[in-house]
Amino acid sequence: MLIRVTPERLDPEEAIAAVRRDESGAVDLFLGVVRNTNKGRAVDHLVYDAYPSMAEKTMGELAEEAMERFDLTDSAVFHRTGRLEIGETSLLVAVSAGHRAATFEAGHWLVNEVKRRVPVWKKEVWADGEEWIEGPESLGMERAPATMRGS
Amino acid sequence: MAITVLFFASLADAVGARELSLAHVAGDTVASVRDRLVAAHPQISEFTETLLYAVDEEYAEEDAPVPAGATLALIPPVSGG
Repeated sequence: MLIRVTPERLDPEEAIAAVRRDESGAVDLFLGVVRNTNKGRAVDHLVYDAYPSMAEKTMGELAEEAMERFDLTDSAVFHRTGRLEIGETSLLVAVSAGHRAATFEAGHWLVNEVKRRVPVWKKEVWADGEEWIEGPESLGMERAPATMRGS
Repeated sequence: MAITVLFFASLADAVGARELSLAHVAGDTVASVRDRLVAAHPQISEFTETLLYAVDEEYAEEDAPVPAGATLALIPPVSGG
């Protein structure tokens, strides 16, 4: 298992090499990348804040749970912090298993859980302002009164 | 021993700090520390509806104890990925 929160560029080749085992028949790689628009507004770049030690701990617990649930051969979860330009990778999830079905399911589950639980925050920066985003899928928003929950 | 309190993202901007130290009071819980923080920094009250808490890097309920020397993180809705 390879878990990392870092301001450095995320390397998919490194993650693939880290999770592939001789027993693996499939490797699934997910990259979350910075998009140039959100809710109809042009995004210039993103800035990610994190609680790095807890983020790594939480990502490790989630990866461990995925290993058990989906009978994976290995997994890697990386999250980048700091300023990211359009097209750069913010989140990387790589999983391997004996067969492809488990890797698709595990990758999907892990990305969803990372977005719910891992203490990382993104700020959108536009040409004329900026705003910290509250994740609609986050645990905190799940607990909020219905009137506060957005999309 | 004191308690270390951590703020992130929008909440760090609102408080104007990422970290501060608070005196520990016997019997402290997440809620009792949060209430002292809100009294000192009223702007935190705008966040409490959706705030989660972590004691020593584990999510914790409001009635969870906060021992002397612990780190309490105030966690606005996360938006990683």
